Amino acid sequence: MTLASTFTVTQPSDTEVQLTREFDATARLVWDAYTKPEYVRQWLLGPDGWDMPVCEIDLRVGGSFHYQWSHPTEGSFGTQGEFTEVTPTSRIVNTERMEGFEGESIDTITFEEANGRTTMTMTMRFPSKEARDGAIATGMADGVATSYDRLERVIDTFE
Amino acid sequence: MDAVATATPLLDDTFAALADPTRRAILERLMEGEASVAELTEPFDMSQPAISKHLKYLERAGLVSRHRDAQRRMCRLEAAPMAQAVAWLEGYRRFWEANYARLDDLLERMKAEEASASPSTDTPAGTDEDSQ
Repeated sequence: MTLASTFTVTQPSDTEVQLTREFDATARLVWDAYTKPEYVRQWLLGPDGWDMPVCEIDLRVGGSFHYQWSHPTEGSFGTQGEFTEVTPTSRIVNTERMEGFEGESIDTITFEEANGRTTMTMTMRFPSKEARDGAIATGMADGVATSYDRLERVIDTFE
Repeated sequence: MDAVATATPLLDDTFAALADPTRRAILERLMEGEASVAELTEPFDMSQPAISKHLKYLERAGLVSRHRDAQRRMCRLEAAPMAQAVAWLEGYRRFWEANYARLDDLLERMKAEEASASPSTDTPAGTDEDSQ
């Protein structure tokens, strides 16, 4: 419940998806954890079993990043882009191209500190609604669920 | 909220359709199998036209289809858009929830490292000089 109350996934517009999460740490620490490869590869991993053999971050305007994940049986997935705005400890804007998807998204990440806690908001804007829905539905989803058991569980979560 | 003309209904329509408790209850009933409008109306304290309106909404979102079986109009659950919504919710949320839980742990370790690095002369094993 405490986790759910600090984590929201919303669709601010037809082409965006936004993740908001609060962390019990200063903006400086959250910024470091988000921008330094030695930290990023410890947490940006997705479901169990994935690791991150490639994590390159050249954190400056015009600099690029490249992430690659791999799983012993599921294969690999990568994403890369360029930074267009870097305001230390408060805001990052970058382009992003996910492997296997057309077009480019614009990601805006903000870090807002209050009382020693930091809210990190990631907003990803896609070139079209279809691109957003497609990226979200298949890019990070762990296969497409079809079993009625799972359908029922999800419907339960709407109650 | 225009009528959806595309072959694959969009996720927003799916979520909008799922946002109502009566419509969710109808879907849950249809997971057990096809049902007529009369059968679907039974458990609810609602008129058949009211239920029909909800069914129309679900139909427009692509979640339910209707066909004739002898004299009765039967309703059937269409799994594909639901599966798409499930993948959206479960996959995406789970992906980020797992990440953020690990980030919580990492931040705790980073805080502990800072606390032990700055105030005292104690040097915990594995802590080098903190170069930025």
